[in-house]
Amino acid sequence: MATTTKDAYYIPHKAQWPIFGSIGLSTLLAGFANFLNGASYGSTMMIVGAGVLITMLFGWFGTVIAESESGIFNDQVDRSFRMGMAWFIFSEVMFFAAFFGSLYYTRVLSESWLAGNESFSLGATRQLWDGFTAAWPNNGPAHIGGLEEGKFEPMGAWGLPALNTLILLSSGATVTWAHWGLLAQNRAQLIKGLIATVVLGFSFVIFQAIEYHEAYTEMGLTLGTGIYGSTFFMLTGFHGLHVTIGAIFLTVILFRCVRGHFSAKHHFAFEAAAWYWHFVDVVWLGLFIFVYWL
Amino acid sequence: MSATTHDETHAHGDAHEHHDHGPAKGFMRWVTTTNHKDIGTLYLITGLIMFFVGGAMALVIRAELFEPGLQYVDPHFFNQMTTLHALIMVFGAVMPAFAGLANWMIPMMIGAPDMALPRMNNWSFWLLPFSFVMLASTLFMDGGAAAAGWTLYPPLVLQTGNALPFTVFTVHMLGMSSIMAAINIIVTVFNMRAPGMTMMKLPLFVWTWVITAFLLIAVMPVFAGAVTMLLTDKFFGTSFFNAAGGGDPVLYQHLFWFFGHPEVYILILPSFGIISSIIPTFSRKPLFGYSSMVYATAAIGFLSFIVWAHHQYTVGMPIAGELYFTYATMLIAVPTGVKVFNWLATMWRGAMTFETPMLFAIAFVVLFTMGGFTGVMMSISPADLQYHDTYFIVAHFHYVLVPGAVFALFAATYYWLPKWTGHMYDERLGQLHFWLTTISVNICFFPQHFVGLAGMPRRIPDYAVQFAEFNALSSVGAFVFGFSQLIFAYVIYKAIKGGVKASSEVWEGAEAHGLEWHLPSPPPYHTWTEAPAQEIISDLH
Repeated sequence: MATTTKDAYYIPHKAQWPIFGSIGLSTLLAGFANFLNGASYGSTMMIVGAGVLITMLFGWFGTVIAESESGIFNDQVDRSFRMGMAWFIFSEVMFFAAFFGSLYYTRVLSESWLAGNESFSLGATRQLWDGFTAAWPNNGPAHIGGLEEGKFEPMGAWGLPALNTLILLSSGATVTWAHWGLLAQNRAQLIKGLIATVVLGFSFVIFQAIEYHEAYTEMGLTLGTGIYGSTFFMLTGFHGLHVTIGAIFLTVILFRCVRGHFSAKHHFAFEAAAWYWHFVDVVWLGLFIFVYWL
Repeated sequence: MSATTHDETHAHGDAHEHHDHGPAKGFMRWVTTTNHKDIGTLYLITGLIMFFVGGAMALVIRAELFEPGLQYVDPHFFNQMTTLHALIMVFGAVMPAFAGLANWMIPMMIGAPDMALPRMNNWSFWLLPFSFVMLASTLFMDGGAAAAGWTLYPPLVLQTGNALPFTVFTVHMLGMSSIMAAINIIVTVFNMRAPGMTMMKLPLFVWTWVITAFLLIAVMPVFAGAVTMLLTDKFFGTSFFNAAGGGDPVLYQHLFWFFGHPEVYILILPSFGIISSIIPTFSRKPLFGYSSMVYATAAIGFLSFIVWAHHQYTVGMPIAGELYFTYATMLIAVPTGVKVFNWLATMWRGAMTFETPMLFAIAFVVLFTMGGFTGVMMSISPADLQYHDTYFIVAHFHYVLVPGAVFALFAATYYWLPKWTGHMYDERLGQLHFWLTTISVNICFFPQHFVGLAGMPRRIPDYAVQFAEFNALSSVGAFVFGFSQLIFAYVIYKAIKGGVKASSEVWEGAEAHGLEWHLPSPPPYHTWTEAPAQEIISDLH
């Protein structure tokens, strides 16, 4: 039955970008490893690798965007993209789950074991860390990191973090408003909504940077401030990275909208960006509650 | 749907797509290919090469253990060998080989023209050679390769030299590769099935791979997160696994095994699918209990997420944890028992013949079940305190992985090789390979149960003289096993080069068991560019 191009499932041929991706990524990572090992050429390798990787991303996405605009993707291809994106987001959820799980494990379980509150850990604790009492936040019995005598100030919830919560939640609303605009073929609403979302997204990143600066310079709170600093910065840091990626993603979508891409029926990339954005939103709510607030 | 046969489909496709119909020429064909069969071939060949690389490392280990005392390698290198042997066999041999089978077979089995996301499919594969070069290069670095075992436990693994960040990044790249492959498989099965190919008509191999892919997407990111914490603990001053800073080294073990336990099912579930395809063909009966097989697979997949700490009974857990993980682990024996029962019931009163794939499948059922039984022994927390870190564990997981996963891969290769190459393999050599392999694998691993129960620890290059005889025997078995695999490589080579022409059905009555047997052998470069006819699908059982 597949007689016209549009009816057939589009199968690309001769993919040249993946190999660039492998070369770029492995050069970047090998460069980073060499850098960590103190080799002088590590950072050069990283720059070269990142350059190749970014070229690959432009080339690969550019190719797919051109194909999409030429109209060769049928509904079934569209469905493959949607499912692919959904499962990718699921893998990201599991990545964050590893860090949330670590936070739960240390806060709820192992702090108390370290303090010797459980019979099976009593002996070792008394030998090694006598006098340590379990209280969150802490930087361990050896008070690693922090200011003098290992003191540090935990990050409160109701300053910048609360503002950032408001910002991200609003941006979730504006991206949905933009989507309504797209569905109603109201270009002005679509573009305004996206601009608002991108601005809010990057504002979040800027406020996060201000918060980090304060933590490092005034509060004695760094990545090296024991388990509190580790969980705080790794969780919020990976989230901030994802917000940045999501905001870049939305910026690309904004440019594409300005160029007149997407129709009310055919706009997978827009929805993928929106899903991704809602995902970073939900992760943030988890962070706000379990890292900042409780 | 038109009722065209495959040959007409092929001609039909020709008329409409002049561009890119056949494979490109030369080496770049393999670098830029988006064809599921090409990518499947690349995965399978990579798996075979890495099987020999990992196998060579195993023989270094067994040579050293042939007699007590230190003979050939220093203990640190011995530990690098145990670590890399495991990482390479798991991530380099078995997983790529299964991914290769998935690529080759799933589109042909479900009547799809290709994988759903063909470019990403290319990248899934092409991350692997780069990852393995990176991993292999760690052997030559200051301080040698990682030597803390494939589990990479801190604090020991943090003593690794320059290799540590490379090992971590290798895991990241392998994880990306696996996640992309898994997403592709799930999307292909959910979105690319031919009309009439309902979920409960899927061949078991497809079903088991769908569940495997779900496990991969769920747990590879957790492993990536865990090794990222190793990296930051070593280089960026975090305290995740450092009790002085309020962390806990046992946290790594929980993260690792939350990945690691589903991972061992990732290595075995596709094997179940393969065995469930082969036994019905050579018993000339439909698979017994198809739907119970599907549900059992799903149940095993679910249970794999909630039993991880049975790898950590000796580490110091609350008693409630020990009890919970004991009982939860025992539950796995139930759906696994359903599977073994169904395989036996499929063979019951079948008109059986014993070609090489069937021989490997039967050996799988017997020997995997033995590995399963020792698993039930170890699920019992108080008993495991005795078994932990002994050769009993080594015997257990090699029984499920070698005569388990690897035998399933051998069976699958013999079963589908005529389909892939268009030539029958050499049955005489296949049977020789089977008997040598099956006898030697037992000589190698069976004695390890005894030395393990008697207290011989694993991952130590020397041992007490009381273990000498069994270790010598084990080493002899290992070397016979290793060199027997050259026959396997030769059989594959020979079938690619030529041989008796295979029919499209290949095995008597196979057409009833799957769509792949309705395609010519070898199948054309693009298959099912038009969906298979409804009658073909409705006649499958």
